[in-house]
Amino acid sequence: MSVTTAPALAAVDPREVLRAQVKWRWLETIFWLATLLPFLVAPTYLVLGSQIAITALFALSLDLIVGYCGLVSLGHAAFFGFGAYTAGLISKAGWGEPITGLLAAGCAAMVLGYLTSFIIVRITHFALIMVTLGMCLLLYEVANKAHSITGGDDGLQGVHMWPLLGHFQFDLYGTTAYGYAIVILFLSFLVLRRLVNSPFGLSLRGIRENPRRMPAIGSPMSNRIRTIYTISAAFAGLAGGLLAQTTEFVALDALSFQRSAEVLVMLVLGGAGRLYGGLIGAMIFMIARDQLADMNPQYWYFWLGLLLIAVIVFLPNGILGGCAELLARWRRKA
Amino acid sequence: MTTPVLQTRGLNKNFGSLVVARGIEIALPKGARYALIGPNGAGKTTLINLITGMTRPDAGQILLEGEDISTLAPAARVKRGLVRTFQINTLFPNLSALEAVTLAVCERRGEAGTWWRSLPSYGQAIEEAHRILTTLMLAGDCERPTRQLAYGQQRLLEIALALAAHPKVLLLDEPAAGVPKDESSELFKAVAGISSDITVLFIEHDMELVFRFATRLIVMVAGAILVEGTPAEIANDQRVRDVYLGQAHHG
Repeated sequence: MSVTTAPALAAVDPREVLRAQVKWRWLETIFWLATLLPFLVAPTYLVLGSQIAITALFALSLDLIVGYCGLVSLGHAAFFGFGAYTAGLISKAGWGEPITGLLAAGCAAMVLGYLTSFIIVRITHFALIMVTLGMCLLLYEVANKAHSITGGDDGLQGVHMWPLLGHFQFDLYGTTAYGYAIVILFLSFLVLRRLVNSPFGLSLRGIRENPRRMPAIGSPMSNRIRTIYTISAAFAGLAGGLLAQTTEFVALDALSFQRSAEVLVMLVLGGAGRLYGGLIGAMIFMIARDQLADMNPQYWYFWLGLLLIAVIVFLPNGILGGCAELLARWRRKA
Repeated sequence: MTTPVLQTRGLNKNFGSLVVARGIEIALPKGARYALIGPNGAGKTTLINLITGMTRPDAGQILLEGEDISTLAPAARVKRGLVRTFQINTLFPNLSALEAVTLAVCERRGEAGTWWRSLPSYGQAIEEAHRILTTLMLAGDCERPTRQLAYGQQRLLEIALALAAHPKVLLLDEPAAGVPKDESSELFKAVAGISSDITVLFIEHDMELVFRFATRLIVMVAGAILVEGTPAEIANDQRVRDVYLGQAHHG
């Protein structure tokens, strides 16, 4: 091939280029160490903390398909709720061991995700939003009607968890719940971080960037989408299972449209397609709701609406995307 | 006689009452350099779409190395070595050139479905991607996102992505489309540098480039092949002069 005068710019090692993109940063260590702070400085907020961790895991699962693959779902609560009911029902049936119960919740959601993924790969854009929304509404009404099993709109009562690892009782202050949720969140994060930095993760970004080109480089795109949709469903199910176990209750709103919409809002706020966006988004959303709703419960959506518009207009890549851009600009100057 | 690498038999396609392909029969031997020419709307891009499976023909067969691939999905045809580029840049705007070509290499090697190993551990694939970028003079900018690359570089990246798939047959849809005339011969030098093991069919409007780089020409008019031959034969063909070259002076 014609090797004409390619300017020999400081010979870069291509592996190092890619390695630099995926290496663990000190900011990440600080972030995860900071998740332990609530135990010391805010023990009264551990219940809220566990809710945030659970929601963050849910947002993380959605980020896989929305942020990485570029497919918008408005029905992700279907998997969250399915996991929650699975975990709740297993406990109610007499098996209160948390970890196996949680894995069962993840597996159940994964199976549901796998089955529905065959519909998902056939549609895109607006139709996809509507179909995912439809599937979630459908599941909501099934759970509502199946009163004898799910408790309908009274919620699933009588969930009782055994102590975690045989030692840690689930207490009223949420100490065990928070520790449990944070560990599961962290382990899930590690798995998903590896996933998005793998060749598979790169192919997902390829689908997001240009679904027309993917077949032309020989990529079996439908398989990839089915796989990530199934994995995403599994992690949403884990989040739902965690909520059922730590609150020992499943409300019908685990499957609600509102839950699907809110998690999407969190992802947009934090910044989709960068894992931490979902985590930050969930934190901001949950803390803001807690604080603002204390002041004036009806008024909270006003502030949320304002925040959402401001972020979309001024930080189209979310809060984290905006931060990354600032950092890059600052580095270029320095 | 050896079997052609790529062959089509009686390809037909209508869009409603518009005939875009009528009884298309081509046979490309290994290592050939074919130019596909014809006035706008003659069905050149449609033919590439039909061959690569992006458009379904109404009738006819496509054979790659003698095997019927007419029913295979586009991605499966790429796996067999039938690869194309696009007239309008069809790239990954927010992936760097290195990431994009590494992705294409990983897809070819069947590694792009692996999620439990991190990308930097695929040294061979990354090295190969970098080699391809180097031969196409893109190595210096391989870290930049595709959307920041100059237009001419993006045209080269189109070819780089295709080469990463290790094509046996490469269909180039106007590789120099939109590139200023003085730069387009640079681009065609890259095309000329493509390994002679690869059969190349390219669409191009600039007759100077066509006659310089093609060993044989196929002329299409209104969805059908008018004539096929060597550059000299085509240049002296009265029918071609009438329907094509006559009106191409201002094109």
